[in-house]
Amino acid sequence: MTRRTGLIAVVAAVVGVASLQAQVTFERILRADREPQNWLSYSGTPFNQRYSPLTQINTANARNLELQWVWQARSLEKFEATALVVDGVMYTVQAPNDVVALDAETGRPFWTTTYAPSPDARTCCGRVNRGLSILGDTLYMGTIDAHLLALDAKTGEILWNKEVASAKDRYSITMSPLIVKDKVIIGTAGGDGPIRGQIAAFDAKTGKELWRFFTIPGPGEPGNDTWSGDSWKTGGVGVWNAGAYDPETNLAFFGTGNPAPDWDGRSRLGDNLYSDSVVALDVDTGKLKWHYQFTPHDELDYDSTQVPVLADIQFRGKPRKVMLWANRNGLMYLLDRVTGEFLHGRAYVKVNWADGFDAKGRVQRVPGMVPSKAGTVIRPHVHGATNWAPPSFSPRTGLYYVAHFENSSTVAVEGEFPRANGINPRQTTMGQINLQNFLNNEDEAYGVVRAYDPGTLEPKWEYKMADITWAGVLSTAGDVVFSGGKEGYFLALDARTGALLWKAALGGQVNAGPMSYSVNGKQYITIAAGNSLFAFALRGDAK
Amino acid sequence: MDVQALPAVVAAGRILRTSDAVMQKAKGKMQMKRRAVGGFVLYALSAFCILHFELPASAQHETASDIEDGGRVFRQSCANCHGPDGNEIPGIDLGRGVFKTAKTDEDLVKIIQKGVPGTPMPATNMSEEQAKRVVAYLRSTAATKTTASAVGDASRGKTLFEGQGGCLKCHRANGVGSRLGPDLTRVGQLRRSAELERSLLDPAAEVVPTGRFYRVVTKDGATVTGRLLNIDTYTVQMIDTKEQLRSFTKANLKESGFIASPMPSYKSTFNAQELADVVSYLVSLKGRATP
Repeated sequence: MTRRTGLIAVVAAVVGVASLQAQVTFERILRADREPQNWLSYSGTPFNQRYSPLTQINTANARNLELQWVWQARSLEKFEATALVVDGVMYTVQAPNDVVALDAETGRPFWTTTYAPSPDARTCCGRVNRGLSILGDTLYMGTIDAHLLALDAKTGEILWNKEVASAKDRYSITMSPLIVKDKVIIGTAGGDGPIRGQIAAFDAKTGKELWRFFTIPGPGEPGNDTWSGDSWKTGGVGVWNAGAYDPETNLAFFGTGNPAPDWDGRSRLGDNLYSDSVVALDVDTGKLKWHYQFTPHDELDYDSTQVPVLADIQFRGKPRKVMLWANRNGLMYLLDRVTGEFLHGRAYVKVNWADGFDAKGRVQRVPGMVPSKAGTVIRPHVHGATNWAPPSFSPRTGLYYVAHFENSSTVAVEGEFPRANGINPRQTTMGQINLQNFLNNEDEAYGVVRAYDPGTLEPKWEYKMADITWAGVLSTAGDVVFSGGKEGYFLALDARTGALLWKAALGGQVNAGPMSYSVNGKQYITIAAGNSLFAFALRGDAK
Repeated sequence: MDVQALPAVVAAGRILRTSDAVMQKAKGKMQMKRRAVGGFVLYALSAFCILHFELPASAQHETASDIEDGGRVFRQSCANCHGPDGNEIPGIDLGRGVFKTAKTDEDLVKIIQKGVPGTPMPATNMSEEQAKRVVAYLRSTAATKTTASAVGDASRGKTLFEGQGGCLKCHRANGVGSRLGPDLTRVGQLRRSAELERSLLDPAAEVVPTGRFYRVVTKDGATVTGRLLNIDTYTVQMIDTKEQLRSFTKANLKESGFIASPMPSYKSTFNAQELADVVSYLVSLKGRATP
């Protein structure tokens, strides 16, 4: 007996030491800027600035970038995940829900864990996943059959598997979970169908559910009266993109999706709270602290599931804690992230459905700009001015970088899926439509990477692409901005001028956000394109 | 892990292919005899069946990796109802060649693909190739010896596993123990009792691809050993004795190569009853419950 107890003590001690070396504490995630060699959450830190403090690659040498390795996913789904890097090990997702650990220096695999989602899983727009989260020695992933999985980061072993919502009821999960303290917070997608969206928090160790917030208030709750009849029960409002967290207020922020049915609001009269909104939740209780609705009573599928970017900036001469939001609806917003107060907003592409804001920051609708029997030309396009791709903010340049569509439009017909520019009557599949196929001139719809002044939301520079873009943006302390587009080019731009420094043709759509890390003193930039993940670094002899 | 890229497995594949050729020859000869001497038909057929079931691979062209792939498919698609040993449905013992109606490999392939109408055996969407690999796997398992006759007690086995056996020094089960050796949380789904018993008595007899050990010496003299996760022409990936994921570029190594697994034989540690207890415990490890 003594011998056995002693043995267990030795084992526990060995395991304890080994775990300590790799523990990703929440403190590390929160202050990931102190360890620029790593990339510990979806957009780098819970502020979602997608900014790397690494400086080895800069405006002078970016032209010397060259391919280091490629990892090819054995999947024909869109590759939307942003990888994590922890002390030289990269973790990413092979869509829909296989998890891989790779050597970040060579791209060679340590382990792969396959997960077979239930055949009940239904997704509107591809069987995709946008990435993992990590806390301690554990990885977390939402699955397209609406489960939340915890995996051992050393071995890929599945530690627990929790159903968040029922795939049979058309719920799915595609977003990267938000880690806050000892909690994993995740939202449910599926809002193009008759779901009732949810955000739920789970104990990171055990998977025990701690709280659940419904994105559509139930009877008796404030906001339920913004839905006519029983429409609140099936009003959609999915949550399918990464949230943000501010430790000062202990608030988590999530963008919410469109109300359902998407293009026909006649059965759901009212503002339809909290669709197309940002909700600020107390992470300990899940209680709503404030919300701001970007598109009340949306009939144009303008999900507000963009990635919230938090920054501390000068606004009208005073320091202000803000949230930056380039919305799918074509408007860009500056909110006070402590109170939810609307500070500033303006159209950042051609918009014809809205005309400014009232004194409280409520958007003013242009009459008649709704789906009609004859069809109404609406700007921006149903896919938006931007959609879900993560933007960036550089504290060095003080600029907000967004990759988006410009000059795009759609024809909205009552109860039907909007048509691209009215030129081709073909029904379009979400996320797959190539606007270029429908255009008559090069200026009709195109992609841009633009830098905006966060205080005024005025553009500072732009880099134009022939086709639209679903790519995210990364900015670095070397003053380089990385992005790409549907044409398959991966771009390095000067963060202050937008000048093209370097490009690579990757032969597949860029449907993800770039990120940066370093191993053994070498800085890498990764981007997913087509079905592969590419890692670039400076040529060996380059300085 | 890309099994096909591993030299050891490729070598094994070659050996199997050689024995396949011998089998093809034997089969051909038997067929000739059958035609020539009517009285020998019954004998020849039964001899063929016995032969067939005892050889490590069927008389097809399956390689070791095909058989392993067949095993993977079996565990994913068949073991839920038939059990990891293939003997959980009365009257059927897939691992020992006891079937209800199937007489030939072709019959088995057909049943795997189309199911058996009027029974819980469903049709699958497996291709003929995949179904053939499952059959090859079943044929290969029929050759494995059965376990000791003693009946094990899983709870006593757990005590031995965690205590006297010292298994957690290298293995992990349900989140407890070391990650150096293969995680055993689901081993009862992945390995048959006979295989588990053999691994305990004679660990070197068959080392699964996920259980091989490797050693590197870097140019600056550091020695690292661990369980091999992946290897290619230029690099090696492993989990080391400190449970760290490590990757090495071979150009930076002075030495590298496979080493014997540190897994000891329990021949003299456990008596027959204790061995059966530990095997029972391992068989009971079927993965974690969902919270």
